[in-house]
Amino acid sequence: MSTGLHLDLPFYAQVINLLAAMLLLLSFAMLAQRRILSLINLFMAQGVVLFASTAVVAAATNQHHLYWSALITLVLKVFLLPWILHRLIRRLNVKWDIETLINIPTTMMIGLVLVIFSFNLALPISALAGTITRSTLGIAMAAVMLAFLMMITRSKAVPQVIGFLAMENGLFFAATSATYGMPMVVELGIALDVLVGMVILGVFFFQIREQFDSLDIRHMEKLKDD
Amino acid sequence: MNTAFSVILQFLELVTALLAAPLLTGWVNQCRAWLGNRTAPPLFQFYRQLAKLFEKEVVLAANASSLFRAAPYFIFACMALASMIVPTLSTEPPFGPAADAIALVGIFALARVFSALAGMDIGTSFGTLGARREMLIGFLAEPALLMVFFTASLISQSTSLSTIVQALGQREFAIYPSLAFAGVAFTMVSLAENARIPVDNPTTHLELTMIHEAMILEYSGRHLALIEWAATLKLYAYSCLGLALFFPWGIPEGTGFANLLVALPALVFKLAVGGFLLALIETVSAKLRIFRAPEFLGTAFMLAVLAMLVHLLLETAK
Repeated sequence: MSTGLHLDLPFYAQVINLLAAMLLLLSFAMLAQRRILSLINLFMAQGVVLFASTAVVAAATNQHHLYWSALITLVLKVFLLPWILHRLIRRLNVKWDIETLINIPTTMMIGLVLVIFSFNLALPISALAGTITRSTLGIAMAAVMLAFLMMITRSKAVPQVIGFLAMENGLFFAATSATYGMPMVVELGIALDVLVGMVILGVFFFQIREQFDSLDIRHMEKLKDD
Repeated sequence: MNTAFSVILQFLELVTALLAAPLLTGWVNQCRAWLGNRTAPPLFQFYRQLAKLFEKEVVLAANASSLFRAAPYFIFACMALASMIVPTLSTEPPFGPAADAIALVGIFALARVFSALAGMDIGTSFGTLGARREMLIGFLAEPALLMVFFTASLISQSTSLSTIVQALGQREFAIYPSLAFAGVAFTMVSLAENARIPVDNPTTHLELTMIHEAMILEYSGRHLALIEWAATLKLYAYSCLGLALFFPWGIPEGTGFANLLVALPALVFKLAVGGFLLALIETVSAKLRIFRAPEFLGTAFMLAVLAMLVHLLLETAK
């Protein structure tokens, strides 16, 4: 009767698409997450997905430098950063539920609108690109936007920093899907930047808490009035 | 196609649904009991319950209107029709063209409206409470269910259930992230729609938490039997729908008699596995507060919309 469906995509591209979809799902899960510990675990899972997708792109396109970026991703985003974050929240003793400025279902609906926006934005760009991963560009942009939204809707410092790191994840994925990654120097520079940024922000957390007895960023708005 | 044979097949599908639905519920209850380390009720317990209820006389409240008496028949008819439309034994049930995926959602909604009206008819506070909660759940679950159907329709380019199932069953092996998302969304919606544990507890009689039970509190005798039977039919229809959309292998395309010999064992096997998984989900999860239900169903809706978007972005050939 009807003809069977078939997808005109090589197997590698299908795996990359699946990983991209998982990245998007994890971004949403982070947006909806209430607990800081689970948020860090989700960030770690995002790192794993990012590592896997970069490795698959490397294998599919024979771009050897991508293996190195996959390795950097694995070390930095799966082991080092989550470890630092875990240590930080243990020392700061913050495991409480995260306060959100907007309730979670509304945040997710806004997230959906952002996804539609970025998919539309990416369509003409990915039509010009010739890479195997071109269709995932929209997802990469959506991941950046969702991380941005997470930073906006959270009032505590730690989730905001995780949002910042997730945004970097999205940018990295965008680079891989649009141009098969950035030059090695740039990539190393960004990796170091993120690491150093994390360390500095860690120091900031302690400073903020010492000043205001809380990690709530809203306290900082009052500085102008005094 | 042989018309007489297809009529027989349709009749067979209906009889299978009517007989298998209580069995499926019995199987899920049995699995739940095993997983909870309790002694399981016999598999045929539900038939005995139905037989007992059919024998008992109907007790009606003094102010019950005719709507209250008619509602069980409407609900039962809706669910029986729904289980006839869902492709179970063949991808081309003769009744298939009667309703497509969207109309199926409408049939479920019609049954819901009747049960909510009947719940409010007597005027007890529990009935009203249950009806309101049911409408809240329904209002959130329906868009998600429609989005799941739209995803499947986009993939197979049709809203007719038999075409969708045929197209999905014959596809070449490929990874469809959209179908995975839609599958998770569909599971969440069916948990909510069938009054299963994260949203409602089917065995509860604690007034403050119940939804489905609160609406049917005033029913007795054959009315209650019909409603209980309709609830099992609904579970059966949803299970078959999920299996047909996401695991369509084993549903034969033609209407030959030999196909039935393949279709029936495949269906029984898939339902048995599906029922066990349902019991597993119910055992490992705790009931949500009623105010968390919108979040649960909002997640389902979001997943379904994501499935559609991901399909448009990743799976359409450019």
